[in-house]
Amino acid sequence: MSETIETSSETITLTIDGQEIQAKAGQTILQAAQKNGIYIPTLCALHASKENGLKSDIAPGTCRICTVRVNGRTMAACTTPVAQDYIVENDTEELNDLRKTIVELLFVEGNHFCPSCEKSGSCDLQALAYRYQMLSPRFHYAFSSREVNAESPKLLFDRNRCILCRRCVLAITTEDGKQLFGFTKRGDKSGIIMDEELVKNISEEQAQQAMHICPVGAIIRKEKGFDTPFGQRKYDHNPIGSETVCTTCNGEKS
Amino acid sequence: MKKPIIATASLAGCFGCHMSFLDIDERILDLVELVHWGKSPINDIKTFEQDCDIALIEGGCCNDEHIHTLRDFRKHCRILVAVGECAIMGGLPAMRNNIPIQECLEEAYLNSPSTAQANPERILPNDAELPALLDKVYPCHEIVKMDYFLPGCPPRADLIYGALTALVTGQEAKLPYEVIKFD
Repeated sequence: MSETIETSSETITLTIDGQEIQAKAGQTILQAAQKNGIYIPTLCALHASKENGLKSDIAPGTCRICTVRVNGRTMAACTTPVAQDYIVENDTEELNDLRKTIVELLFVEGNHFCPSCEKSGSCDLQALAYRYQMLSPRFHYAFSSREVNAESPKLLFDRNRCILCRRCVLAITTEDGKQLFGFTKRGDKSGIIMDEELVKNISEEQAQQAMHICPVGAIIRKEKGFDTPFGQRKYDHNPIGSETVCTTCNGEKS
Repeated sequence: MKKPIIATASLAGCFGCHMSFLDIDERILDLVELVHWGKSPINDIKTFEQDCDIALIEGGCCNDEHIHTLRDFRKHCRILVAVGECAIMGGLPAMRNNIPIQECLEEAYLNSPSTAQANPERILPNDAELPALLDKVYPCHEIVKMDYFLPGCPPRADLIYGALTALVTGQEAKLPYEVIKFD
C-alpha cells in the first residue's frame, strides 16, 4: 500500500465512467480522477492542500470507500496506479450501494452519536451517509466499548468515533518527524494510540490541523466546540463531493 | 376511501421528535383532512380502540415497558416508522450502553450531588410497579421489524411531514438534501 505517491511526466490515457482522461504515470486512479474533477469518495486518502497542511497526498488504503471497478475487478482507487487504457467504473449504482454498505458498517461498528458530536455537519463519514441517503444502517449496532482520552490540554481523542483510517498516524508529526499517533494491536482489537507527551505540547495550529485531518469526530480541538453555527457547517447545504475541483490546479485539466 | 389512522408513541426519548412533528405548524390542518388519529400522547388516547395504519415511534427501548409497548404497536399497526436518533440507534440514552447498569443506578441515586445527601438510606428504586431496566438501550429495529426510518435529533418537521403525507397519499416522498440530517 502506498502512502506517498511519486509521479513522472509520462502521460497515460484512461477512462473513468466513460470519460477519457489524461494522467501521469505513477498517479493513482484517485489522483487522476481528482485532477480531472471526477469525485471518488475517500475517508482515508487525503489530497495535500494548503488547508490541511499536507506536503504530499496520503493514501493508506484502509477504508475502501473509494472502491472502483477497474477492467471488471474491484480495486481501491487510492492505491491502484493508473495504467494505459484502463476502463474505470466509479459512479455506478452497484458501487455506490457497496460504498453505502461500508458507511453503514462503520456506523454500527463504532459509537457514532451524531447529535452529541462536535464534528457533526463537517464529518466526512456522516456526509457520505447523507450522500448515499442512509436513513438507518441495515446492521445491528455493536455498541463497542471504547475509551476517551481527554488528558491533553488541546486535544480530545474519542475512540468511539475512530474509524481507523490512519490519516492522523501519517499526517500529524512533530517538526523533527516524530509521529503523534500510532496504530496498536491487530484485527478487531486494532486501535489508535496517542503519544501523550508529544500531544501535550502540540501547537494551536497543529491541534487545528489534527481536527481538520480526522474525517470523523475522533480528534476534537478543545475549547472550540460547536464554533460554527448550524446552517453554516461544511455539509449543511451541499452533499460531499459536489464541490470537487482539483485544489492544486483549480480545476484546470492536466 | 377510508382515512388512514395514525398513532404515535414516545419510548426512551425526550419528546423532541413529537415537538418537531408539531413544528409542521398549520400544515397539521391539512393532515387532519387526510387522517384520523388513534392512540397518541398528542390527543392523550391511551389505548388502541382499533388497529392503526401508521405509527410513529420516538425513542429506543431502555426498559421492559418500552418493549411491551413497542410489540403492542407492532401488533396493532400496519406500518411502523422509527422517528429520530433514539428510535434508530438508541441515541443519548444508549450512551450508557458501555457502563454497567449497577454503576448507572449508583451514580444516579447514591453518588450524584443532588441525591448523595437526600438518600441517606442509600435505597435504589425497587418498587415492583417500576419497569425493569434493560442491560442496554436498544434501537427499535432490534426489538421488532420497523418499516421506515426518519433520522435526525429531532428529524426536521419538513422531513416528518413529507414522509407522512407521502405514506398517506401513496406518493413518493419529496425529501430534499437539507431535511435529512442526523443531528
